[in-house]
Amino acid sequence: MDITGVINGGLRRVPAWPLYIVVAAWAGWMFWLGLTGGLGVEPINALEREYGAMGLKGLVLGLMVTPLRKYTGVNLIKFRRAIGVSTFFLILAHFTVFVVLDVQSLERVWTEIVKRPYVTVGMAAFLMLIPLALTSNNLSLRRMGGAAWRQLHKLTYPAAILGAVHYLWLVKGFQWEPIIYLGIILVLLAARIRWQRRVVMA
Amino acid sequence: MAYRWKNDLSRADVTPRQLFMNRRQIMAGAAGLGAIAAAGAARSQRLLEPNTLEEIRGYNNYYEFGSGKEDPARNAGGLVTAPWTIKVDGMVDNPGDYALADLLDGLTVEERIYRFRCVEAWSMVVPWNGVELADVLAKVGVQPEAKFVAFETVVQPEVMVGVQRQVIPFPYVEGLRIDEALHPLTLLATGIYGEPMANQNGAPIRLVVPWKYGFKSIKSIVRISLVAEQPPATWNIINAAEYGFYSNVNPTVDHPRWTQATERRIGGGLFSSREPTLMFNGYEAEVAALYDGMDLNAQF
Repeated sequence: MDITGVINGGLRRVPAWPLYIVVAAWAGWMFWLGLTGGLGVEPINALEREYGAMGLKGLVLGLMVTPLRKYTGVNLIKFRRAIGVSTFFLILAHFTVFVVLDVQSLERVWTEIVKRPYVTVGMAAFLMLIPLALTSNNLSLRRMGGAAWRQLHKLTYPAAILGAVHYLWLVKGFQWEPIIYLGIILVLLAARIRWQRRVVMA
Repeated sequence: MAYRWKNDLSRADVTPRQLFMNRRQIMAGAAGLGAIAAAGAARSQRLLEPNTLEEIRGYNNYYEFGSGKEDPARNAGGLVTAPWTIKVDGMVDNPGDYALADLLDGLTVEERIYRFRCVEAWSMVVPWNGVELADVLAKVGVQPEAKFVAFETVVQPEVMVGVQRQVIPFPYVEGLRIDEALHPLTLLATGIYGEPMANQNGAPIRLVVPWKYGFKSIKSIVRISLVAEQPPATWNIINAAEYGFYSNVNPTVDHPRWTQATERRIGGGLFSSREPTLMFNGYEAEVAALYDGMDLNAQF
């Protein structure tokens, strides 16, 4: 049997649900570290960044599923919903820390969203993910039909780009990490394009 | 001359404090301005307690040692701070390469407990030990044509991971107008809490300008130049729209990417609340006159 078959065979025996538990446990652990000094002397900013960065990693992971199957045959599709919903949960946590612990007032939150482009961009990405999280269940998939559902879930593409731009925009000086995230996301999106030679009629 | 400025942040200062505040009101002149200054001082009393040495040494911006807040504490151990020579040049009577001890010889190191406000909207209270920059400049003899002071941070590429990565251009440079440099609040600090300056805090000697955002308070100084023209300042070069040459703490002029109206004191934990930022970081009575007639929105 070929290696891809072995991997896929193994993956079939791994359930997806533990991912939810792992991510929730990780988020709780980070919160606990923040409470007890494990995230340094400025835990609010640290926690905000931990959740945000892990959310961005989740977006990247979710975008990897399709190209991985296309180019290697390794099939992670059964994990994709768990990846997506967990990612939404992390970004919701990131947003909640921003509102409740960091900015601390709804009025100021609104000012931040309107006045600061990097917050606007992050907020736009978050809003795009909400309908995706709400429709990440079998009932929604059946009601909408596969084509419409897939069309809607292409919102992950702009959301991921905006998420990386959000990160790139908030750092000071020239830093590689957000550029690398944005680069990976763009490569993963480019990997979806069907490169066809178009015949142009004269 | 040491002790020209009186700490208003000392815990030992409780009894004479009322006197001191009254004097500040008189100095402020106009009744309205005095009331504002008094309100600011009263509000700032909540911020009296200095941060712990652990906090001051554990949360730093020193991009030569990495861009993360805990990077400098982790990476600055290799900085060579002895021997330390400071080049003094430009419009001075006694230019030259000074050994640090020679430059400080005869000057009184005093404690100054200052609020420290980062442009990133976090803050600390730091008990610095240092000498007034004015006293050092008096020793080298400032010539009348000198209108600005330029400073430069050491570059030791072999021990500075951030320099290898070029996150920002190095050497880090900063500058002050001459009247800012000569102001009694402006300090050259050599220690914190009576202990020698930790490398990540800018050992062996750094500038402290408490009414300006922290990045103006350049670390590990190897060169001081008296010049006629406004000198370059690193963050101002990188992004002039975000970091002005003056960079006075001003709650009414926002950084384009975040508000400057409030700040978070380091050390309050996960549920610490934001504090209102004070004009000139609470030193309005002392320094506002330096900027009379200037549009602080345009020259931020």
